[in-house]
Amino acid sequence: MAVCIAVIAKENYPLYIRSVPTQGELKFHYTVHTSLDVVEEKISGVGKALADQRELYLGLLYPTEDYKVYGYVTNSKVKFVIVVDSSNASLRDNEIRSMFRKLHNSFTDVMCNPFYNPGDPIQSKSVFFCAHTLSIFYVTIH
Amino acid sequence: MDPGSAAGSGGTFLSLSDSEQRCYSGLYALCQPDSLGNPAAGKVADLFRASQLPAETLHQVTEVCGAKRLGFFGCGQLYVALKLMAAAQAGLPVRLESITGELPLPVFVGITNELEMRYANHPSANESQPHILGSGPGSAPRPPADRPVPRHPDTSMDKQEAWSPPRSPGVSPPRSPSAYRNYPYAAQRNGTDTLLAYDGKVPSRPSVPQENSSPSHYSLKPQPEPPVITRAGSVERLVERAEADYSDDPWRITEEQREYYTIQFRSLQPDLSALIVGTVAKNFFTKSKLPIPELSHIWELSDVDKDGALTFPEFCTAFHLIVARKNGFLLPETLPATLRPGFVEPGVVTAPPSEATQPLIVFDDNMRPGANQLEMCSSGLQMTSRPGVTAKQDTRDESRKPEFSPKRIPDLHEKPIQRVSTLKPDSPQELDANMKSRTRPRSYSSTSIDDAMKKVEEPPTPPPRPQKTHSRASSLDLNKLFQQSSQGGKSVWLPPPPALPPRPPAAQIFSFMPGSEKSSQKAVHQPNFADFSKFSEEQETIVTAALSTEDLAPKSDSTVVQQGHAPQKPVRRKLHPESLSATPPLTTPYSAATMTKPTQRPPPKQKREIQMAIRKNRETNAVLTRLNSELQQQLKVVHRERVTLESQLELLRPVAST
Repeated sequence: MAVCIAVIAKENYPLYIRSVPTQGELKFHYTVHTSLDVVEEKISGVGKALADQRELYLGLLYPTEDYKVYGYVTNSKVKFVIVVDSSNASLRDNEIRSMFRKLHNSFTDVMCNPFYNPGDPIQSKSVFFCAHTLSIFYVTIH
Repeated sequence: MDPGSAAGSGGTFLSLSDSEQRCYSGLYALCQPDSLGNPAAGKVADLFRASQLPAETLHQVTEVCGAKRLGFFGCGQLYVALKLMAAAQAGLPVRLESITGELPLPVFVGITNELEMRYANHPSANESQPHILGSGPGSAPRPPADRPVPRHPDTSMDKQEAWSPPRSPGVSPPRSPSAYRNYPYAAQRNGTDTLLAYDGKVPSRPSVPQENSSPSHYSLKPQPEPPVITRAGSVERLVERAEADYSDDPWRITEEQREYYTIQFRSLQPDLSALIVGTVAKNFFTKSKLPIPELSHIWELSDVDKDGALTFPEFCTAFHLIVARKNGFLLPETLPATLRPGFVEPGVVTAPPSEATQPLIVFDDNMRPGANQLEMCSSGLQMTSRPGVTAKQDTRDESRKPEFSPKRIPDLHEKPIQRVSTLKPDSPQELDANMKSRTRPRSYSSTSIDDAMKKVEEPPTPPPRPQKTHSRASSLDLNKLFQQSSQGGKSVWLPPPPALPPRPPAAQIFSFMPGSEKSSQKAVHQPNFADFSKFSEEQETIVTAALSTEDLAPKSDSTVVQQGHAPQKPVRRKLHPESLSATPPLTTPYSAATMTKPTQRPPPKQKREIQMAIRKNRETNAVLTRLNSELQQQLKVVHRERVTLESQLELLRPVAST
């Protein structure tokens, strides 16, 4: 079960962060922030400039004793980070990928809204986005 | 600033129920607030008198609400006063404590206020409905949804430009829910029916100059009263008739509303089956002066297929939600059933519902009208709105197809168009524009990207292949030959083949052209010779087409060939051992599979198809390489500019620091 989902803009500021146990939010914010370094490393590691050579799903960024952090980056350098509880016995890679896929879909839905300026924080008014992300928290398999 | 919150911030803690809020904001608007948002004193006095409370009670009210202190009635004061009057009418003492609870709405005699009636009949109003003695026509309680009904025809007559700021004297740019109500009331005073506040023009002033109006999105004529009055009569009849049909459902679109929406849609997009692109719709709805988050929410509710554009039903939904919101109804969290695009009212036929009803059937048919719509209006915008998404989407869609199929059923009712497009099993190139704009590329997982990439590369790769053949021999010679062939006849083609025999591999590669991969090289040779006559004809056309499209001298062709050299060599080498080993090179990523068949297939039709494909691919390849070079040059220019700017900045910096 995901415990924290974050959407980070191209300029590395957060567009949307939500964690499930609302206590300890600060810890997750910090984790997401530090995971950005790993994301940068992974996306710059691919030498070629062609984005299509790079996988969108970055995989496990790094594990800690409590949880694991997974990353995903879109072609427009918007990053998604999901923090998953380690105690959850081996979430399969496919499940993580599906979570990212759902997240990406919801994100593109938000993007399609002409009233949304890219780069704005995703308001809680974007109900569907929030609803979908919450569903990611609680349902890992689609 | 919301008047309700103003009341709260006016120093008194005032909680208003929904109906109260609406009623009060209506009354507030009735009092013609001036530029500061303060109601006109005269109007407030009228209101006080209309409440039929004794004079000393009114004095008390004035004192308690703080107007006496301030010396005038502010918005907050008015609200407090209204509630105090309600309390007084209910028999409670005029005290602040008495207004903290729920109270019936205050009664005002003699105020032609249909708004109150409507609010009084709001479906969510659970409290006791006061007897509003408004003198509006049809004093029987009318469902609130009727309110928009009479407005539309009227506004359709006298609406001006878009939602420009109201032009009645002394009214500031509108506050969100209440400002528009000015017009309804002003209109009522003239005896006409209430108006929708989309227009800034008061119907009683037909001659008001329109300098301030923004460019019109409304194709309606700006004229006013006589038609309004005549329409008012008919509208009332319609309204009364509609009453019978109506439940208290504000979320149902009436026929008049639908007509109105249709007119609006046509003004934006003449074709009813086409889409309104996002930015156009955004500009249009922004004129309603609703706050952006609310508009964003409305968009989310109404754009059901999430394509960033509005179909006609989606547009109606959005418009209706805006109307409702302006009339004070809070937006729902989810789309009401009556507003869903699939909701088919009798007599209303729209394209998307029909598509929704045939979800799995004949995707091609569904795709074509959708394709037409898209290409007509939204392809350009969609491309720009998805900067990060390139043609790779198509390939990912392709790869996603098998994964998407289990999703088909649950998504059936939700996104027919989208599904259709993603499931369409076409080559990536054909539906470029359509795929990009229609499909939400759901396959962001890159597991199949490599396969997708390979698929993409399949079409473009064949073109360089023929060049390989002469690259070994003498590319320049063959370019000259191309030239000659464009001028001369097919006899020109004969020289190259004789040059080839000394080089078996080249000949082997040549054999690729007729579309076959042979085990024995010599055996290939003969049919090649035989085939070349046919091939040369087409090659000429290919070459001429390529040359003409490129608009370049043969040099460019050679450069293309040259550029084709480097990437092609490795492939060629791959082919050699394979061809020598007499296995069809089906495993290569540049799958000759599309171009070659495992066994030699002489039928000329297939060869011709292949050759046409070669031609097309070569053309696209040339165009893309040219584009690439142009972009590279632009990049260099921009880089140079950047360097100069940076140097300038450096120069300026020491100056600034001192």
